[in-house]
Amino acid sequence: MEPLMAVLVGIMFAAAVYMMLRRSIVKLIIGLILLSNAANLLFFTAAGLTRGAPPLIPLDAEGPVGAVADPLPQALILTAIVIAFGVLSFALVLINKAYQVVQADDLDQMKDTDT
Amino acid sequence: MMPEVAIPVLLPLLMGAISLAVHRHVVLQRWLGVIGTGALLASTLWLLHTVWHEGVVVMHMGDWEAPFGITLVADLLGAIMAVLTGIMGFATAIYSTATTPRGHEHFGHWPLLHLLLAGVAGAFLTGDIFNLYVWFEVMLVASFALLILGGERAQMEGAIKYVTLNLLSSMIFLSAVGITYGLVGTLNMADIAVKLADVDQPGLVTVLAMMYMVSFGIKAAAFPLFFWLPASYHTPPVAVSALFAGLLTKVGVYALYRVFTLIFTHEVDFTHEILLWGAGLTMLTGVLGAAAQFEVRRILSFHIISQIGYMIMGLALFTPLAIVGGVFYIAHHIIVKTNLFLVAGAAYRMLGSYELRDLGGLYKHRPFLGFLFMVPALSLAGLPPLSGFLAKFLVIRAGVEEASWGIVFVALLTGLLTLYSMIKIWGEAFWHGVPEHVSDTGALTGERPDPELWKLYLPIIGLAALTLFIGLYAQPLYELAEASAKQLLDQQVYIEAVLGEGQS
Repeated sequence: MEPLMAVLVGIMFAAAVYMMLRRSIVKLIIGLILLSNAANLLFFTAAGLTRGAPPLIPLDAEGPVGAVADPLPQALILTAIVIAFGVLSFALVLINKAYQVVQADDLDQMKDTDT
Repeated sequence: MMPEVAIPVLLPLLMGAISLAVHRHVVLQRWLGVIGTGALLASTLWLLHTVWHEGVVVMHMGDWEAPFGITLVADLLGAIMAVLTGIMGFATAIYSTATTPRGHEHFGHWPLLHLLLAGVAGAFLTGDIFNLYVWFEVMLVASFALLILGGERAQMEGAIKYVTLNLLSSMIFLSAVGITYGLVGTLNMADIAVKLADVDQPGLVTVLAMMYMVSFGIKAAAFPLFFWLPASYHTPPVAVSALFAGLLTKVGVYALYRVFTLIFTHEVDFTHEILLWGAGLTMLTGVLGAAAQFEVRRILSFHIISQIGYMIMGLALFTPLAIVGGVFYIAHHIIVKTNLFLVAGAAYRMLGSYELRDLGGLYKHRPFLGFLFMVPALSLAGLPPLSGFLAKFLVIRAGVEEASWGIVFVALLTGLLTLYSMIKIWGEAFWHGVPEHVSDTGALTGERPDPELWKLYLPIIGLAALTLFIGLYAQPLYELAEASAKQLLDQQVYIEAVLGEGQS
């Protein structure tokens, strides 16, 4: 499972960078979405994948019996997903407003503040 | 249980929530802004007092002992940074009451200001690397929204670059946190520092160090990752620019200090060599960019970059004296840089422009403002007896002791070029007469009195007095910086405070 995930994460990072290097702002945002999901998957894979073993303690036991999935990365990724969701919805509002102000979907026409 | 360390984080969060609840009453929000940030300053001073007298302050949330729970830690560096956050929040809040356009206040200037301060204070005081990511995001989201309030074209263009590059940096940071967790199975920074020593994969550890360096380097605007900063920092209202200029990049620098003194100290030759090169190039590119500009806020934005170089240089040399110099430099720079932006805002109030060719005659009509500009400007360039001289002296002295002549040369040259661009602002905006095409000089000469001008002068005077005080009576801050450098270089202090005695 891990090698498959590793390849997937690599493809997602590559796709994200490719999208972000395009001139359109919409593609920039798509790139950011892919990037945040790739980072989350990387976190998930790096922390170790365990299949079908919820971290539950039986009623008559002191600790979990056998190997269980680590709940911490799941909690952390949940936080990261929520943050990414908030930031991306902000980014969508931003490109909408930027489109209204600049009247173009082209990053090459947004160079006024560059120096 | 020590609640001091939680108050600077929780207080601005609470104030932000209350300000949001009363968003219809602008006057009430202003009072909450000034009182809330004043209380924040008081609480951070209390925290610094406690840390100074009782050592590292640790608080475990919900009594879950480290490394399992969420920990808030304040060592001396964290406490100093928290105090600076309080000072900057208070100064810019007073300034905002007079300069922020009313529309911005209606659309959430004050709540966002509080949340930004909460994010910054949280980043300084957290002891857990995932929480550092979370506080970074709190701070970033608040700063995104503050940056685009008003919705002008320049703000949109600046914001797109700012948002993209900061999100990219956050994602690199998050990936690095994931790999760290996979490698050592813990997120508490003290625990990582202990367990990383036992990891038998030096290559992976170095990769991890580089990922943190790139991610924090983007946030700190170090070479070659700084392009978002001069594109965006001059676009929002001046009080917001001043707060960004003072605090936000320094959060990145603080994170570099924390990570590269506590966690990645195994391969100093390699990592800190890269930091040294980065520091030199940051100084040089920043100051050359500043020398080419003719808009006051852009000049000042580029100077943020060049000054970041000195701070990273302090970290990169990694001797006790260099770290003292670096901490001293951060404290001095935050005060001075914010003050310069505030002075630029006062000039804008009088002449209605930030372009040097539209400014002039400020010294003739407002000599006191000229004096107030001289203090931070010369301090930034590093002239004695101001605070910048001692800060530069410490860092450069450390470079001389290490015989790193290249970086010493670059640092001295940067100081000279900084002086050049400060003189450029002085000559054009203050010394020069009013340009002929500027007809509306009523606000400058005082024919059209400005009843709110004292609200602009008050924080400027306060910060200038602080700069003079640090320059003339440096002993207290020097002792603080020295003690914090000692703490930073002796990781056991931090680790034992967080994990309890007998660990490591």
